[in-house]
Amino acid sequence: MDSNELNAPGYEIPAEIKGQIAITSLDRIYNWGRSASVWPMMFGLACCAIEMICAAASRYDLARFGMEIMRPSPRQSDLMIVSGTVTKKMMPTIVRLYNQMPEPKYVLAMGACASGGGPFKEGYNVVSGVDKFIPVDVYVPGCPPTPQALLNGLMKVQEKIRGESIKKSRWYQKGVDSAEIPIPLLGPDLIDPRKIGRIKNGEKA
Amino acid sequence: MAAPASNPTLDLTSRFPDWLITDTRPGYSGWLVDKSHLVEFATALRDEFGYDYLSSVTGVDYLPEGKMEVVYQVYRTTGGPGLMFKVQAPRTDPVEVPSLVAIYPGAELQEREAWDLLGIKFTGHPDLRRIFMWEGFAGFPLRKDWHEPYFEEDAKPFKNRWPAGKIEMSESQNIFEDNIAYPQGFRPEGMSFDPEKALYDSLRTYQTNEIGLDTDHIIVNLGPQHPSTHGVFRVAVVLDGETIVNLKPVMGYLHRNHEKIGERNTYIMNMPYTDRLDYLASMSNNFGYALAVEKLMNIKPPERADYIRIMMAEMTRISNHLFLIGSLLNDLGAYFTPMLYALEERELILDIFEAVAGSRMMCNFFRFGGVARDLPEGTLQKIKEIFFERLPRTIDEIDRFLSENEVIRSRGVGQGVLTPEDAIRFSITGPMLRASGIPYDIRRAEPYSLYDRFEFDVCTRKHGDIYDRLMVRFDEIRQSIRIIQQAAKQIPEGPIMSVKPMYQVRVPPGEAYGRVEGPKGELGFYLVSDGKPNPWRYHVRAPSFINLTAFGPMCIGLKVADVVGVLGSIDIVLGEVDR
Repeated sequence: MDSNELNAPGYEIPAEIKGQIAITSLDRIYNWGRSASVWPMMFGLACCAIEMICAAASRYDLARFGMEIMRPSPRQSDLMIVSGTVTKKMMPTIVRLYNQMPEPKYVLAMGACASGGGPFKEGYNVVSGVDKFIPVDVYVPGCPPTPQALLNGLMKVQEKIRGESIKKSRWYQKGVDSAEIPIPLLGPDLIDPRKIGRIKNGEKA
Repeated sequence: MAAPASNPTLDLTSRFPDWLITDTRPGYSGWLVDKSHLVEFATALRDEFGYDYLSSVTGVDYLPEGKMEVVYQVYRTTGGPGLMFKVQAPRTDPVEVPSLVAIYPGAELQEREAWDLLGIKFTGHPDLRRIFMWEGFAGFPLRKDWHEPYFEEDAKPFKNRWPAGKIEMSESQNIFEDNIAYPQGFRPEGMSFDPEKALYDSLRTYQTNEIGLDTDHIIVNLGPQHPSTHGVFRVAVVLDGETIVNLKPVMGYLHRNHEKIGERNTYIMNMPYTDRLDYLASMSNNFGYALAVEKLMNIKPPERADYIRIMMAEMTRISNHLFLIGSLLNDLGAYFTPMLYALEERELILDIFEAVAGSRMMCNFFRFGGVARDLPEGTLQKIKEIFFERLPRTIDEIDRFLSENEVIRSRGVGQGVLTPEDAIRFSITGPMLRASGIPYDIRRAEPYSLYDRFEFDVCTRKHGDIYDRLMVRFDEIRQSIRIIQQAAKQIPEGPIMSVKPMYQVRVPPGEAYGRVEGPKGELGFYLVSDGKPNPWRYHVRAPSFINLTAFGPMCIGLKVADVVGVLGSIDIVLGEVDR
């Protein structure tokens, strides 16, 4: 966001102090700060992770968008880039990581596999898209998406952040925040605790 | 695979006249060994005939004949063609075959894989647990009578994906609208088992020879989400203080069912899937698969295509090793700066891939009997610029900056040593084997394609520690540059396909094992064809998976911080380990 956009208050600023003070709204400056310092989680699943590393490396340079600090710990990160095929065996870990991330948190499904299973969808150990379990904010198509496509996706995340408001965001409301997702179990197959009733009766929704 | 009779020193029938029979099924080769004599046979092969290196173990489910077969490939580390032998067992439950871990410890993980996916029980295996799927998963997925939840038809191409002109999602065919299925009568509330229990039980089986202080041992898990496991790999270690007393790799977090999907696909449909095995080296995966199918079809690519293939495979090797150098130094503490230098060079190679194949990583470039496209205009010039001018210089520069660095030397020299004897025993291949001092390179030992025309050295180092495994990669990059230089000079004009490009290739029945020297080691494809458009069995002998066999023994006695360095120097890619 350039300074004109940030500093567009609709008030007349006297000419002698123009350029020295800024009048803006809280949402705008807050979101500006947040969107320019998204810390993605250093968390690679499969092939797409290599393109994610390339996006962070010399040629594509994620740092230009304030995102170069990849954190291996979910407690310190704002954005989960699900970069690759999500398998049933990995799913409990991914949900656990998602639950451990502090709000506000965003999820970017990178590539065909994370978005919907991709070429491996028919496989017996593959989850048909990470959005079966955790909410996804931005989908990036491709197999794997090029670093440019990932950068575009990250800019979409920034766009989304800029459109949010402190007043309306779920995680700033009073009361208990119940965004936690029940962790899937590994049984004879993957068991989603939210579907246990259906599994028990063996019925269609 | 040469016929066994062509090997003069090999007189197996007179050594075992009573029960050894030649595999005479049409298109098959090798020997059929009686189950009760398997251990005796393998011991003799290793000790009397010099077949000291077990390359691949896999199972095949011959459902119509009601039997399971275990297929072994053995080689001599002095070079030459290999030998294939098979054991058959009736398809009862469980299918039992004696384990060869005592003779060839390199079979350990592969036998576990065959148990996990095919349900072949190897009696005498020291640690027979499921490896890719979790303990408690219902069924053995690679058996031909096991169907996945999204099962539609036995073989592709499926009849109609758009009945009545409407797209039908796979979800709509499953009662839970998801990729899940449970055994009949399954009740989730009665479920009270721990999928991790078998792992922890097996971790506790170790012997200590500690004297004096009695200390508590603790179990620590690294991963599956850990920045230095290069993906979703998990290491479970038992620690005595900081020292490792036992270590088990845990994998399967990226098990994408290549083999099950591959057996539904037609032959050519598998080519893009091989890209996604070792996703840092897609071109050499294409190479191995194309070689195996070409062996079955009995065709050869034209010369120009072979040159293009070799150039691409060597570029893949360079880009893979560059990535390894960057990430290994990441692991050793030089955070991201060497990676930036290495990736800058790698991007140049990816540019060539993009120009040639249309994609940076997933090239899908090889076809049976040639390659998909000819080199576009100007690419050869670009290749010459990079590999004659730029890369030799930059590799030297990276080498100069890194290899004498004190931190790297102190963390690498003498750490994670793999002796040559152990390396052979554990079926280690590739740069890791050569770092231990064994000059075994398939490009020389059993030349494929046109590798016998090129001049290059088989790089070896002596000590087999982390530092040598890093340096052997630098050496290999230089040799690959040499090969590319020669190929770029010699490449002839001509066609790039020897057969008409076909949507569905005709593959005669039989079996073939095609192997190439991939960047990480021996990449083999074992294919069984029954004459139909899709393979009956499609098995990948993944080098980084089998190289992990030595990971535990190498780490025992080290400090926990060195695990990361040892793992980095093995050079695993999870897409290939888990498949």
